[in-house]
Amino acid sequence: MSVGLLFDSTKCIGCGGCTAACKEQNNLPLPIEPVTTAYTWTIVEKRDGAFVRRLCMHCLEPTCVSVCPVGALQKSASGGVVYDAGKCIGCRYCIMACPFGVPKYQWDRAIPVVGKCVLCPDRVKAGLATACATVCPTGATLFGDRDALAREARARIDAEPAKYVDHVYGLEEAGGTSVLMLSGVPFERLGMKTDVPRQPLPLLTWQILSKVPDFVILAGAFLFGLHWITHRRDEVRQAEEDER
Amino acid sequence: MSQALALRARNFRISFWQGIFVVLLLLFLGVTFVRFTRGLGAVTNLSDGFPWGLWIGFDVLCGVGLAAGAFTIMATVHLLNIKRFEPIVRPTLLTGFLGYVFVIIALMFDLGQPWRIWHALVFWNPHSVMFEVAWCVMLYTTVLMLEFLPIVFERLRLERPRRMLRFVSTPLVVAGVLLSTLHQSSLGSLYLIVPSKLHPLWYTPLLPFLFFISAVGAGIGMTFVESYLSQRAFGRHLEMTLLEPLARFMVVILTVYGLWRLRITQANGALAGLLHPGYEQWMFMLEIGLGVILPVALLLSRRIRNSPRGLVGAGFLAVFGFVMYRLNVSVTGMEATSGVHYTPSWMELVVSLGLLAIGMAIFAVAVRVLPIFPEPEGGPGAAGFGGDDAEAGLIEGEAAAPGR
Ligand code: SF4
Ligand code: SF4
Ligand code: SF4
Repeated sequence: MSVGLLFDSTKCIGCGGCTAACKEQNNLPLPIEPVTTAYTWTIVEKRDGAFVRRLCMHCLEPTCVSVCPVGALQKSASGGVVYDAGKCIGCRYCIMACPFGVPKYQWDRAIPVVGKCVLCPDRVKAGLATACATVCPTGATLFGDRDALAREARARIDAEPAKYVDHVYGLEEAGGTSVLMLSGVPFERLGMKTDVPRQPLPLLTWQILSKVPDFVILAGAFLFGLHWITHRRDEVRQAEEDER
Repeated sequence: MSQALALRARNFRISFWQGIFVVLLLLFLGVTFVRFTRGLGAVTNLSDGFPWGLWIGFDVLCGVGLAAGAFTIMATVHLLNIKRFEPIVRPTLLTGFLGYVFVIIALMFDLGQPWRIWHALVFWNPHSVMFEVAWCVMLYTTVLMLEFLPIVFERLRLERPRRMLRFVSTPLVVAGVLLSTLHQSSLGSLYLIVPSKLHPLWYTPLLPFLFFISAVGAGIGMTFVESYLSQRAFGRHLEMTLLEPLARFMVVILTVYGLWRLRITQANGALAGLLHPGYEQWMFMLEIGLGVILPVALLLSRRIRNSPRGLVGAGFLAVFGFVMYRLNVSVTGMEATSGVHYTPSWMELVVSLGLLAIGMAIFAVAVRVLPIFPEPEGGPGAAGFGGDDAEAGLIEGEAAAPGR
């Protein structure tokens, strides 16, 4: 089973319980900052009269996982994109590449690591919901099977079309994400990125990278061949000299 | 008498630059200390919104690119067997090697935990362009070193290791060309993953190809600049008969590259925006106008092609255009969507300039002590060199022979 979260902006009252619970669950230092940072993995923001959560989308085919040179970021079988701080070299490619602007860096530390929501892997492994979903008093953040949540989201829109924007954010963005969102106001007004491509981004680089072995073999053979052809005259001269 | 005056003026000039160099070096050491004790945030203007700045955009992207002269010339001389370019091989090899050392040191500053750089060897992720980049840096630096070592052995008169290296010279050249091609293009591939972040004036799925071809153009431009500087400083330079055909080659490369860029911009629908230029559009026009169109226009004139000043001017412009391309992709084109405005801090500049100055100083020393440039044939500069060089010249006399 692959789990995920469904965040319904129309149900969120902006209490900030998720932010506080996340801090506690992941031993993150206070204070709670107004934007997500390496020390504050999720926040609730008020935009256009509605509340919206900022957290990792847990892409089905995550950009951050594909760009990390040392595989410090991984998509776990249960659905969360987890981070191994012990491997990270600090190239910050994940921060630069994530289409949702999620990973953050510890700029103030001499030995820094990346910080981002990891979908509470220990809790999920133990069969529990994430800390943020557990404390949510209104059910605005719902934990569950990702596909079941996608059906639930669709059902909510269909039941109350006047209340919701007709779009489940995360169903197709960047090839689909494990975190889904519903909203009563257009998503761009919530500050969500709406120009994210629909296909998984890692394909864009793989199209080129997958050709590297072919290139090495073919171009290598060609270059040796070139050398062999262009040096024929030298060889002939060498042979003549040897005869003498 | 006037000669003595000129000499004194020259000595003053040298001490002035030496003074700047020392100050820069001290600042560099200071910033290095702060960087490693207080973290990246203390010295850079980088932020979560703008995680890659000057050190990636200039030091890494440009440092690697300027080494492109090395593989272009190596391929011309050793694979195409056009031996008359032989005298250019050594200066470009030296530049290439220094360029890569420069890149590695810059990476040590930029990586959050540089002491873990070996992780890239152990924990593989072949889906990551950064992984390819890391391997290319390591392997090509090794290749460049092995290609450069014979020059050192020659100076030290170590015949045996030199002959051993000559035995593997062809595989080395082939490996060098392959690795360079991969590396130059992979730096462009780094930005393939950000279609929604990089401005349409620069984003294209063809980025790897454009990075490659622009690096070749700049590599040649760099050769002109180096030859000129070495001529002024040490009276050692390359023959015009060699540089003129290279200039023609550069015209062709830059023309193809420039047309390609414009065609892609048009296909992206970004060309019309140039009529109502904003920040990005001005930077684009500056890049293409000064860095591509102008050098091509200059070098189309036979008179300019045959004047050392004309060549160095055009070469400098090509290098400038190349540096702008890298900075436009890595900084200008990424700013609008990042929501923050990034300008490097003075400390970031100190590190970049400090590294550049150290690189130039090593180049200057290497040119003096190693047989890099061909001996001047009795020119005015030749008088300035003592017995030390006469000796090096002897060795070099032999070295030049195998081509003929
Ligand atoms: S939202 Fe960003 S950080 Fe989260 S999984 Fe997707 S690419 Fe990775
Ligand atoms: S900063 Fe760390 S986690 Fe992010 S891509 Fe680089 S090595 Fe991977
Ligand atoms: S899933 Fe866990 S890590 Fe992510 S925001 Fe919720 S509490 Fe924090």
